[in-house]
Amino acid sequence: MSAVADPSPFGRLRGATQARIGLGRAGNGLPTVPLLDFQLAHARARDAVHAALDIDLLTRQLEGRQTIAVDSSAGDRATFLQRPDLGRRLDPASAAHLARGEYDAVFILADGLSATAVHAHGAALIGAMAERLAGWRIAPVVLARQARVALGDDIGAALGAAQAVVLIGERPGLSAADSLGAYLTWDPRPGRRDSERNCISNIRPPYGLSHAAAADQLAWLMKEARKRRLSGVALKDEHAGASPILTLDDGRE
Amino acid sequence: MYRADVGGTRHAFRDLAHLLAAATPFRSGDALAGVAAESAEQRVAARYALADLPLATFLAEHLIPYEVDEVTRLIADGHDAAAFAPIAHLTVGGFREWLLSVDAGAAELAAVAPGVTPEMAAAVSKLMRNQDLIAVARKCRNITRFRTTIGLPGRLAVRLQPNHPTDDPAGVAASILDGLLMGCGDAVIGINPATDSIEGATVLLQLIDELRERYAIPTQSCVLTHVTNTMAAITNGAPVDLTFQSIAGTEAANRGFGIDLALLREAHDATLSLGRGTIGDNVMYFETGQGAALSADAHHGIDQQTLEARAYAVARVFRPFLVNTVVGFIGPEYLYDGKQIIRAALEDHFCGKLMGLPMGCDVCYTNHAEADQDDMDNLLTLLGVAGVSFVMGIPGADDIMLNYQSTSFHDALYVRDVLGLRPAPEFEAWLDGVGLLDARGGIRPVALEQGPRLLSAAEIAR
Repeated sequence: MSAVADPSPFGRLRGATQARIGLGRAGNGLPTVPLLDFQLAHARARDAVHAALDIDLLTRQLEGRQTIAVDSSAGDRATFLQRPDLGRRLDPASAAHLARGEYDAVFILADGLSATAVHAHGAALIGAMAERLAGWRIAPVVLARQARVALGDDIGAALGAAQAVVLIGERPGLSAADSLGAYLTWDPRPGRRDSERNCISNIRPPYGLSHAAAADQLAWLMKEARKRRLSGVALKDEHAGASPILTLDDGRE
Repeated sequence: MYRADVGGTRHAFRDLAHLLAAATPFRSGDALAGVAAESAEQRVAARYALADLPLATFLAEHLIPYEVDEVTRLIADGHDAAAFAPIAHLTVGGFREWLLSVDAGAAELAAVAPGVTPEMAAAVSKLMRNQDLIAVARKCRNITRFRTTIGLPGRLAVRLQPNHPTDDPAGVAASILDGLLMGCGDAVIGINPATDSIEGATVLLQLIDELRERYAIPTQSCVLTHVTNTMAAITNGAPVDLTFQSIAGTEAANRGFGIDLALLREAHDATLSLGRGTIGDNVMYFETGQGAALSADAHHGIDQQTLEARAYAVARVFRPFLVNTVVGFIGPEYLYDGKQIIRAALEDHFCGKLMGLPMGCDVCYTNHAEADQDDMDNLLTLLGVAGVSFVMGIPGADDIMLNYQSTSFHDALYVRDVLGLRPAPEFEAWLDGVGLLDARGGIRPVALEQGPRLLSAAEIAR
């Protein structure tokens, strides 16, 4: 039935939304195929939430860049999920690995709620950033396990970095288990508020933001932050692509 | 100071908030707030102490000082002493037994509701097993009306939630059609907009209103945007049926939502002034959820379930059409797994019903919670038995805008069928008129592509 021939407002149906409409019925329940399709999507999301950050894989993907692996105070996944406060604090043993230096920026690859996203996009995005930040003194890439966004404050402060960029796995939905978020904080130190950060979310080619587009936005923000010596709400209106954070800093956005 | 001596050990609780928190079944949010019981024994000891506490204690001792919190003032100043009189002599433990007794029927429960404070409801719920929460809630009859009637015995309504990540009108309309064809939408057709603007909300309101008028669907619409946006939309002449707002149980948490009681009063008056309800004037739609106050750092050391019940005190002064506890949306740091989500939902439903509210529940979870569709099936079935007023209906249980899983149109068909529940009567008559009801009163399967023709035929026949 075409939109022209159909006098109702329902001219376009299946093509108009990714929602699970028109699934059919088995009695009052779902037919078996859509039942299993849903289970597959949920299984992928669950696998992403519980995947461990693969330090060896990331080190290989980063092709010779210097890395430092750290842990938050959360200890294990179950604790991480129930105690966001611990995921925001550096484990004391890890803190000892971070030597203070003269750095313009540090990039932190953080598992957040999807290590899958970090494995898929983290190293590529850091490569794209390196091309856009020629001449910047960049700290070794920090690989952070059981990490929330605010862990970047502890890490950035310990390294003495002028700004910290946390590339973190976002909470998986049924349609996307590999979406990466980038959170920029000028002058990172414990106690920074979410309103002092800028966020670029849904980095997930080919469906979400491409690595190049995300890197362009992020490089713009980092250069502006350096020029104006701030980040967060004050940078909001200057660039349509990057929003300040409005919700919790746990990679849920 | 409150005490319980259990097997030679004295357990002490420094104040009422400590006692209530310690008596609460374990959940991750109370541990995160640092208010959970220190041991399983201390938890039960707190329940012994709570059981002996006179209900009237809650009228004398405020969890948050009267001077600093307008929700406390609302609870204290609005207390109906006459309604409370029949239960004024009871302890919390005695209240539980009275609620379970045959003496407490629908009429008696309705009569005492204005005398039950949120703290009393929360306290007694902490002494109750899941079956108690179900058995008592099932006896409550809280009926509200706008264009349909919510809360009648033997009925279960569904909020049709046709969310779309870009608010695309065709996408929203497609989800609405899918839901209508499966008998959903009698509670409300309610959209969470992707964009936070008055203009965006107005476009969606007009979309639903045109569909509703065109096909003469007896239901109401709502765009779940901030109350100030809805008030502006009303001023601009938008077709607002129900005004939505998220609410919480403390003044500080409500401030975090950008609201206070005065603003809600203004919104309530503005919505009432439109007079769009055909069979009643319940015009507010509130959403709540355990953990909201803690996440706003506004919990005052009180457990999340007690704070949730205080949100119902905010709701009830506005005679809402619908109140929805969005139980599993907030995440595992507040409710960790299916067991905690199920318990919290039954508590919320019980407390809301006991306080006289038209309680529905968003039976839901996120992908980082330890829960799945089986947990939601369990909860949906339990809430159906408990007489929940409404649940959500989302295509395939997958909200593609908010990225969480709720209940589907199929789930609504299931729970109505296994428990013999029917849609709201006005909506059921419409379903029959367009030919969607089968001989048993169930919903006839109709392919999505045949839907427009079916509805258009009914439109022309009319």
